[in-house]
Amino acid sequence: MLKKTQTIIEPSGLIGSSPVRPDGVPKVTGMAQYGADYELPGMLWGSVLRSPHAHARIKSIDVSRAIALPGVKAVMTSEDLPEQTFSYQGPERVQINYWHMTRSIMAREKALFAGHPVAAVAATSQAIAAAAVKLIDVQYEVLPHVIDVEEAMRADAPVLFDNLFTRGVEPAPTKPSNVSRRAQFQAGDVDAAFAQAHEIVEMSFTTEPVHQGYIEPHAALARYGADGQCEIWSSSQGHFFVRAYTAALVGLNIGDVLVHPAEIGGGFGGKTVIYLEPLAAVLSRKSGYPVKMVMSREEVFQATGPTSGSSMTVKMGVTRDGKIVAADGVFKFQAGAFPGSPVMNAAMCAFSVYDLEHARAVTYDVLSNRPKAAAYRAPGSPIAAFAVESVVDELARRIGMDPLQLRLKNAVKAGSPTIWGPKHAHDGFIETIQALMSHPGYQAPLGPNQGRGVASGFWFNAGGESCATVHVNEDGSVVVATGSMDVGGSRASMAMMAADTLGVPYEAVRSTVADTASIGYNHVTGGSRVTYATGMAVVQACEKIIDDMRARAAMIWDIDVEAVVWQKGAARPVNADVGEFEPLTLKAIAAKRSVTGGPIVAEVAINAGGQAPGFSTQFCDVEVDPETGAVKILRYVAAQDVGRAIHRSYVEGQIEGGVVQGIGWALNETYIYNDKGQLENAGFLDYRVPVASDLPMIEAVIVEVPNPNHPFGVKGVGEVNIVPVMAAVGNAIRSATGVRMTALPMSPPAVLAALDEELVSA
Amino acid sequence: MSKHHVCTVINGEPVEFLCETSQTLLDVLRNELDMTGTKEGCGTGDCGACSVMLDGDLVCSCLVLAAEANDKSIETVEGLARGGELHPLQRKFLEHAGLQCGICTPGVLMAARELLNRNPDPTEEQVRYWLAGNLCRCTGYNKIIEAVMDAAREMRGA
Repeated sequence: MLKKTQTIIEPSGLIGSSPVRPDGVPKVTGMAQYGADYELPGMLWGSVLRSPHAHARIKSIDVSRAIALPGVKAVMTSEDLPEQTFSYQGPERVQINYWHMTRSIMAREKALFAGHPVAAVAATSQAIAAAAVKLIDVQYEVLPHVIDVEEAMRADAPVLFDNLFTRGVEPAPTKPSNVSRRAQFQAGDVDAAFAQAHEIVEMSFTTEPVHQGYIEPHAALARYGADGQCEIWSSSQGHFFVRAYTAALVGLNIGDVLVHPAEIGGGFGGKTVIYLEPLAAVLSRKSGYPVKMVMSREEVFQATGPTSGSSMTVKMGVTRDGKIVAADGVFKFQAGAFPGSPVMNAAMCAFSVYDLEHARAVTYDVLSNRPKAAAYRAPGSPIAAFAVESVVDELARRIGMDPLQLRLKNAVKAGSPTIWGPKHAHDGFIETIQALMSHPGYQAPLGPNQGRGVASGFWFNAGGESCATVHVNEDGSVVVATGSMDVGGSRASMAMMAADTLGVPYEAVRSTVADTASIGYNHVTGGSRVTYATGMAVVQACEKIIDDMRARAAMIWDIDVEAVVWQKGAARPVNADVGEFEPLTLKAIAAKRSVTGGPIVAEVAINAGGQAPGFSTQFCDVEVDPETGAVKILRYVAAQDVGRAIHRSYVEGQIEGGVVQGIGWALNETYIYNDKGQLENAGFLDYRVPVASDLPMIEAVIVEVPNPNHPFGVKGVGEVNIVPVMAAVGNAIRSATGVRMTALPMSPPAVLAALDEELVSA
Repeated sequence: MSKHHVCTVINGEPVEFLCETSQTLLDVLRNELDMTGTKEGCGTGDCGACSVMLDGDLVCSCLVLAAEANDKSIETVEGLARGGELHPLQRKFLEHAGLQCGICTPGVLMAARELLNRNPDPTEEQVRYWLAGNLCRCTGYNKIIEAVMDAAREMRGA
């Protein structure tokens, strides 16, 4: 049921405030249970044997010595997982293929990256499990490997799959390659439009893969009974996809798998895929005991999805008076060892903040011997934005225009074209630019070696399938249950929207996340969708509760239901003509539950459309140390249109957190592979995410241009904040030094080398 | 080889346990004593999620062998609140939204409490450097810093 809301609810003082979250106390007292915090009686520990080789044919696996080790209860290989049909399924941008997925969680014919699971063991202790995997004898035929995206595209590159033929090319190739797919988006006549430009900038860029860097490693506990029913406790961004993927990969009916959502210790997109759950399920089936598996940090880095590295070329043209007339881009993304980089997202988002009649983007999804890429905060868009927003910065310099002014002059609004067809339906971008133009910091003077950079970003935001149940208890307290994992405060925002809709205090509402058997299907917590789509389901369920309350009040008063209205948390007669009645509160009606119809429950299931995109414009000030190349962030201001902020602090927190992840991406984070294709920085010491002392306070500027399709005007907040960051930092370095950085990360050695090169060429 | 018999005091209570030589204090806390409030983020002392107090020193419990805890006192996040009353840092983290996913929070709280023990009136910069060993990937640190500063203010009675 999709119900569009035409008028946005005028909220009470609760919406936009910052109450304490329902799950807060357990998380500050150590009582909250995350993925690795569950245990069951008789539980075994699982451990994974991983390939040391980046690319190798598996000739044989001998598990006999492992099985013989005392304490070992089960050993599994890919032979214990059913073969899958080769078929791409689902929406084009996020297709899955179970033939690939089963090979991703456990290698079959070949190991395709260093760290690829090859076998797994369950034993009575962690130590025995770890010892047992070392006793498994795998005979490999080591093959040439390829790590870099451009090298992987070469005709003589080692090919990962001999059944992979580039899709999207006519005629279809007859020779397999590492290019999984080519796609093209185009609007207008790009080549002709460049003739209108007075200045054209064309530049090439590279970015490194970066890991989502959630502090909680992946963990799963599975209990597979002799009756063929399987229960799983794991932390993910969606226990319903865990259920569906595990059922398919293990060979069970979806209904025979029950997934309990553990608290999630960070995901950022990286926990929208599964690694351990099917292995734990199979080991539990084979051993007859519950099996728990927890990744080490090294395993997380070696074998779980970073976002793609890339190689990109972007060309844009502008007139003297600042009209961007044409844009063209080629985007080549690393998918890792299996198809499915976010390159199509990147192409669609790349030019989407600009009102362009003529634009084109060509994409390549390219395999190499790395773990398969997974979603990371606005997947694809930040990578493209690094290239596009750097080029736009150069355009502004060429014509001598302020970079915010150039963006304002070319900003999309409702009615502007997109590169993929339908027109933009929402405003919000212009308002983020204006918010920075009037920000006092934007005019603040800069010192020596300091510079200011501006960049913008676009993200679709998502709607999708959500389910919510609202219960009113006999004392008038309210329980809201959804199936959307809470990654950063959504239980609070659900409770706030429910309380505001019902007209009851926030404290009267308890908000919870239910398991897969206790609530209808919910799509993942991703795409900035939960406050929008699941929030919409919660509000609609509360509206059903209100209708129910009015009917019960009408029954008690013995008048027509149409004569009863719901205001300020109570049923009231619509006017004096229908009779004199004291208002009946939620609590008063709930007390008469059994005599007015029984349990007070409303369930709403929707596939929410009408989502509105996120726009962000940001500026940052940096100081570059000319002796070391180190870049210090002095000031960072991020304006983002969120539609409407429900929980203000958590909205700010999303913006602050997204910006800081982007700063890590910009300045530090990278994967270092040796010549054998093995990752050499698989730990937080050498893969350095930002720490508190690296940073100033990030200033979040919340812009609210309400989305008319959501009862409170919500658009979503989680992702677009990371999109502009790398370009904003790069543009600031350009301002400070005169040097244009075209490769990430802009680490001290890279910046120093660029400064030295500039010095030599000058 | 037989296990070590270790006598400790954890959050004020005498606790005895048996452990292998190779077991870390973190492993024993979480997997032998069911005290899962202390989190494992890396196992290599880089993230600070497993921070506990050991005889008055702030340590990463993943870098301490459990056998080393013999005759020593250990304080963990489970001991921060007294009865049902939250420590001011815990309250301020909730009020300031100083956590999103919350996995780093136990370690951050233990580190922050030790900072305030040593320096009841830290500057923002001092808080940032003290907490530089505690990784948080969600918040960007703003609200963690604000919560610690505000808790310090309240605890000073300022």
